[in-house]
Amino acid sequence: MSDNKKHILGRLRSNRLHAAAAPEVYAKSLDWDQERRIAEFTERMQAVRGEVHRLKADQWPDWVKQELPKRELRQVLIGHGPVADTFAAAATDDIALKRYERPIEDWKDTLFDEIDVALTGTLGGLAESGSLVLWPDANEPRLMSLIPPVHIALLRADRLFDNFARLIASENWASRMPTNALLISGPSKTADIEQTLAYGIHGPKTLITLIIE
Amino acid sequence: MSEAHTQTREFHERIDAALHNDQLRQNFRSALTGIMARRAEQFPDDVQLQALREQARMVRANALVKQPQLLEQLEAKLTENGIQVHWAENPEQANQIIYDILHAADAKTVVKGKSMVSEETELNHYLEKRGLTVIESDLGEYIIQLAKEPPSHIVAPAIHKNRREVAGLFKTFHPEIPYTEDIDTLTQSTREILRTRFAHADAGISGVNFAVAETGTLCLVENEGNGRLSTTAPRVHIAITGIEKVVEKLSDVPPLLEILTKSATGQPITTYFNMISRPRQPGELDGPEAVHLVLLDNGRSRIRVDHELLDTLRCIRCGACINHCPVYVQLGGHAYGTVYPGPIGLALEPQRIGIDKVGTLTSACTMCGACGEVCPVKIPLPKLINRLRAEAVNGERSAAPISGRGSLRKSGEAGAWKVWQWLYRHPGLYRLFKLAATRLRFLTPPSLGAWTRYRSAPRPAARSLHELARREGFRHE
Repeated sequence: MSDNKKHILGRLRSNRLHAAAAPEVYAKSLDWDQERRIAEFTERMQAVRGEVHRLKADQWPDWVKQELPKRELRQVLIGHGPVADTFAAAATDDIALKRYERPIEDWKDTLFDEIDVALTGTLGGLAESGSLVLWPDANEPRLMSLIPPVHIALLRADRLFDNFARLIASENWASRMPTNALLISGPSKTADIEQTLAYGIHGPKTLITLIIE
Repeated sequence: MSEAHTQTREFHERIDAALHNDQLRQNFRSALTGIMARRAEQFPDDVQLQALREQARMVRANALVKQPQLLEQLEAKLTENGIQVHWAENPEQANQIIYDILHAADAKTVVKGKSMVSEETELNHYLEKRGLTVIESDLGEYIIQLAKEPPSHIVAPAIHKNRREVAGLFKTFHPEIPYTEDIDTLTQSTREILRTRFAHADAGISGVNFAVAETGTLCLVENEGNGRLSTTAPRVHIAITGIEKVVEKLSDVPPLLEILTKSATGQPITTYFNMISRPRQPGELDGPEAVHLVLLDNGRSRIRVDHELLDTLRCIRCGACINHCPVYVQLGGHAYGTVYPGPIGLALEPQRIGIDKVGTLTSACTMCGACGEVCPVKIPLPKLINRLRAEAVNGERSAAPISGRGSLRKSGEAGAWKVWQWLYRHPGLYRLFKLAATRLRFLTPPSLGAWTRYRSAPRPAARSLHELARREGFRHE
């Protein structure tokens, strides 16, 4: 099929277009302070039924522990790393902790059918669009933020950026893209029937952001 | 009857059927009214909107100028990242490539995220004929897959169905579920039905919204999570896209993403923006072990040859032109009979497929200009449609690489314009013609073909504008 490539590129090369002005790097600068970023993030996230709570760094494990039984969430999926370890250390016996430690093929049915909630960290957040930024990895794999019906995500307040363009530029993403990078802006939703919004179609029905200060 | 005239007759029959379907028109009217209002809410400041449109236009125009080197850079970067790249000239090749990958991976069940390019190649049909099970996982796509219909809109594929029609489909195909017309319940049922399919599918197929040459990254924009599932849960992921989707830099993505979601559905951002740069790496516990990208030409490199028509290729498939089209809202998407309906369809399909096959589509336009005003990448759609109308009846030879040029030319019509041109160039004759047209206006025939089927025949005025102006005392008319 390398002939296809040769033919396609040959046709494209045979007609040189006049150079267009190169686009400037898009970086709408908002210059919001942290409080404003938290407020904007919260407003956007809540507008799409995302839950947002502000907690102190030492409060969140207790908050999660108290909240799980209220919502009848028993099977809790955690990964590895600081978020998982902190919660594991604080968790009591009534919480069934499950670590994501084997390849998905070995336990697909359990993940799809039995897990009630996943707890993950985030790389940061975007204030203007109300987005969580995730770089899933071996510690916190991709399906954690997708399969369980509830996703609880920790967001450090000092990791909130104005918007996507600012994040890409200041963290130099272009030179170090991971296997998978994600922006998550609310629980899964659809409007495919009569343009009417319905939540929880394939991904989480509930997305809880804990802003850690 | 020639093929060119057959397409016109068939198009008119579909238009007639659509205009007589009140339910269909009601469904489109109510859905599009809401979408237009939500888009407008996202752009309260026109100065900012125009700046963003200009930025997005420049990003796309720049990518088209550098297209050959960007495609090579994309392939090199993706290959370095472990993603295999395949090139297809036409739908048959693209389908064959995908089938071969699936066959080699011993994949039997495939879940699909939404992809209009796969509609171009009729991929589902191709794979099903060879014994594979293909499940559309986007709710709208799943609904029309049950109904055995093509999408009627490029963003909202089941926009032509109301909740009762969807409920009827579920009753037929999923009798185990209690009948309901409640949208939340229908959505939950779909979640349950498709979940097991996702868990056990061997391969996932998706489209691509932007392919970043600089980093070798495939970007997918979606709300449901089915796109993420299709590209993460199965062991093989195959992405298919048109060669025009490449952009140069990662920093080109934020403006395109912002204007795409705001223009398409009036959302500041979609729920998921999924950027894929590698298959599963050693130590990682999920994600596909193999990722493939199929780059499809299918007429796109030919469109790029014409310096006016190449603007068509800037399209980011948001559907805003479709949502704002006064003709589309009356007809719906199926009447067009092509993969891409509405204004972008009018501009793209005659170039892609040939004027002799679908050139008559360009008549489905009032030249109101709404599509050009809302286009996020400033494609001059009315100008392109007008150009294609002219090409359709153009009898002269030219280098323009449009197949079927002049195929809608009618000798009577062409002759009438020739006479008009001749009259207009000879002032004496023209005055004589004017005198005859006004003084002998009672001779106008009462029946003028299609025009008088629903309207009375026009009759020239008793006095020409020149005469009236002179009577009013204008000296230099």
